[in-house]
Amino acid sequence: MTRDRAGRIAATTVAAILPLGFLAIFFALPVAGMLARGFAPGGVLDLGGFAEVLGRARTQRIIGFTLAISAAATVISVVVGVPVAHALYRLALPGRRTLRAIVAMPFVLPTVVVGVMFRSLLAEGGALGGLGLDGEWGGILAAFVFFNLAVVVRTVGAAWEGLDRRPEEAAATLGAGPATVFRTVTLPALAPSIISAASIVFLFCATAFGVVLTMGGLAYGTVETEIYLLTTALFDLRGAAVLSVVQLVAVVAMLLLADRARSRDAGTQRAAKSAIAPGRVTAYAMGSVIATVLAVAFVAVPVLALVVRSLRRQGEWTLDYYLALGRVGGADGRSALPVTVWEALGTSWRIAIDATILAVVLGLLVAVLVSRPARSPGGLRWRRLLDGVVMLPLGVSAVTVGFGFLITLDRPPLDLRTSPVLIPIAQAIVALPLVVRTLAPVLRAIDDRQRQVAATLGARPWQVLATVDLPIIWRPLLAAIGLALAVSLGEFGATSFLARPDSPTLPVVIYRLIGRPGVDNLGMALAASVILAVVTVTVMGVVERLRVSSVGAF
Amino acid sequence: MLSISRVSVSFGATRAVDDVSLEVPSGTVMAILGPSGCGKSSLLRAVAGLEPLASGSVSFDGSDLAGVPTHRRGFAMMFQDGQLFGHLDVAGNVGYALARKGIRGAQARSEVDRLLELVGLAGYAARRPTTLSGGEGQRVALARALAARPRLLLLDEPLSALDRSLRERLATDLRHVLTETGTTAMMVTHDHGDAFTVADRTAIMRAGRLVQQGETAEVWAHPVDADTAHFLGVSVPSDLAEP
Repeated sequence: MTRDRAGRIAATTVAAILPLGFLAIFFALPVAGMLARGFAPGGVLDLGGFAEVLGRARTQRIIGFTLAISAAATVISVVVGVPVAHALYRLALPGRRTLRAIVAMPFVLPTVVVGVMFRSLLAEGGALGGLGLDGEWGGILAAFVFFNLAVVVRTVGAAWEGLDRRPEEAAATLGAGPATVFRTVTLPALAPSIISAASIVFLFCATAFGVVLTMGGLAYGTVETEIYLLTTALFDLRGAAVLSVVQLVAVVAMLLLADRARSRDAGTQRAAKSAIAPGRVTAYAMGSVIATVLAVAFVAVPVLALVVRSLRRQGEWTLDYYLALGRVGGADGRSALPVTVWEALGTSWRIAIDATILAVVLGLLVAVLVSRPARSPGGLRWRRLLDGVVMLPLGVSAVTVGFGFLITLDRPPLDLRTSPVLIPIAQAIVALPLVVRTLAPVLRAIDDRQRQVAATLGARPWQVLATVDLPIIWRPLLAAIGLALAVSLGEFGATSFLARPDSPTLPVVIYRLIGRPGVDNLGMALAASVILAVVTVTVMGVVERLRVSSVGAF
Repeated sequence: MLSISRVSVSFGATRAVDDVSLEVPSGTVMAILGPSGCGKSSLLRAVAGLEPLASGSVSFDGSDLAGVPTHRRGFAMMFQDGQLFGHLDVAGNVGYALARKGIRGAQARSEVDRLLELVGLAGYAARRPTTLSGGEGQRVALARALAARPRLLLLDEPLSALDRSLRERLATDLRHVLTETGTTAMMVTHDHGDAFTVADRTAIMRAGRLVQQGETAEVWAHPVDADTAHFLGVSVPSDLAEP
């Protein structure tokens, strides 16, 4: 073995151990701790809980509801999202950059904000109060689609934008009309990205927490909120553990499916620039344009309704709710928040910065590792395993992670229960998959021969990194930083367990506000939601200006 | 007969094809010869209906094709790198146009087999496009285009991606297949050898304009000016070298 090869293996090992070690301690351990509590309460393994918990009528109803509403939201998101992706990524539509940004916005809106938004829209007195969807499954479904349309549009759009036009042209010269070309050529080429997007959307819906908790009340629960309920209110850790395992198995199955879809995608070649120029808006494309107009309205209306309602009190325009954000006492003088909303925003911001640094450093390591061409089948397997493992936090119950932190990291050598580092760590775990998903495709797209030619011209390994990879990766890297920041700012599931009562983050404060009675507390929650949304959307707006198509694409 | 009359194609401010008129009589093969970037591919794409005309008209057998979409023109196109459909096997690719006409099952299979035999690839029906060599891929692309029974076959640099010896063999085979099937064809190429082997008539394009057209041998024997002579690689007669 040459010294060079030994050095490469050593560097690779260190780069792999850091993120894997981090995930082992702060993800696998807490999840395992939760499961141990559930299945082996006295140190003796007892799997009898499976039959008992899964046999409960309530459990079956919850699992059925979770599957049904997630499937419905996935189907709607794909059916609407694909034509929107066509219009925004394939047609020379005026203002398409702005429209893309609008459609992408919900992806970084905090779940609590979306919950508050849809409630204020659908509740009595809201703009769409007459529909009677408040607290109903229809409202949750709408919120799910609102969130995940962006995932479909960005994922399918990124694939579509790079799709070579010539096979479609070849089909047309062979006598295929536009609809036939789409069905027989375009759709098969897009299938991997559609399957990938659909599985991620299903995953997000099936594990959604903040939205369901704020919108479903007690009438509708998903597996995720049920785990929360069983853990915190009923102390039924066995039931929670059973549901966590069911969820984990489902999540792994979905991720494997998405991975297979992606690896089929690896064979398609990127087209030359000239072959992917945006097309003219023909009569046939009008359907896509109409779908886009509807989608933009669907995204914009709840946002505008939220802003308007935060500015109105008893039928008059007012800034009262915003002024109240600076007071501990709340709008009615009775709200018992320990801090002002501005202080909570400061807390959120500081925690999000720490979480972002963690997520981006680890995510960059993982992305570099998984994107280097493997030199052996064994190396390829390791890369794919690492790629899959960092995706797991996307779908594992944030509640399980959050509660797992509390019960496993509470004794030496890792007594972190009261430590302020827990929240950024939990948020970094949530943001990590998104960072990897933003960076890895860009690094993978660099032709390895570029690095080889640099090496033959005398560049050392670090110089190769600096002269070939860095010029291409710096914009996606900034975009990943922005995305991690936005996601960390809005993280609610794990944070709600870990935030200390005397210094809550802004999403936690909003959730507390809507849990209290009174129109003034609701008004403050609306105003605070607007503030949080403005911050995350501003961060995302900066990201959007970088024009990195892999952001939010799977 | 294909008639191209005073056709121009523009991309923004650039004029890729500038006032070109050309006729391709039925049953003949016309080569459009020119250096890269001369606008020959844009002309071909305009004939296929893949690029809008800035001015002029394209008509076939006397009927103007303005407003007729690509898939209704009956002009099958063969691309430089084949553009085989990766999700279909060879039979699926060749049978693509048949399926569009509702021809399926045994009838389609026998037609696909006949075409594969014609291009020298009998027994390749179940192969995936990714397992084919460059030359095999182009043969499949040719069979796929012929399956459409096109009124006019458009060939966009069909041989350019191949190496020299393969290219000469395939050019001969292409000529053979086109004459045997009596196909009217228009082939774009930057290689005068291809044009000489395959085409009855040759038109030479430079900087968007048509500079010469005629019988292939005639064009070869009497280049219209010094640049054309240079391009064709013939020695320049002294009376043409001086302006």
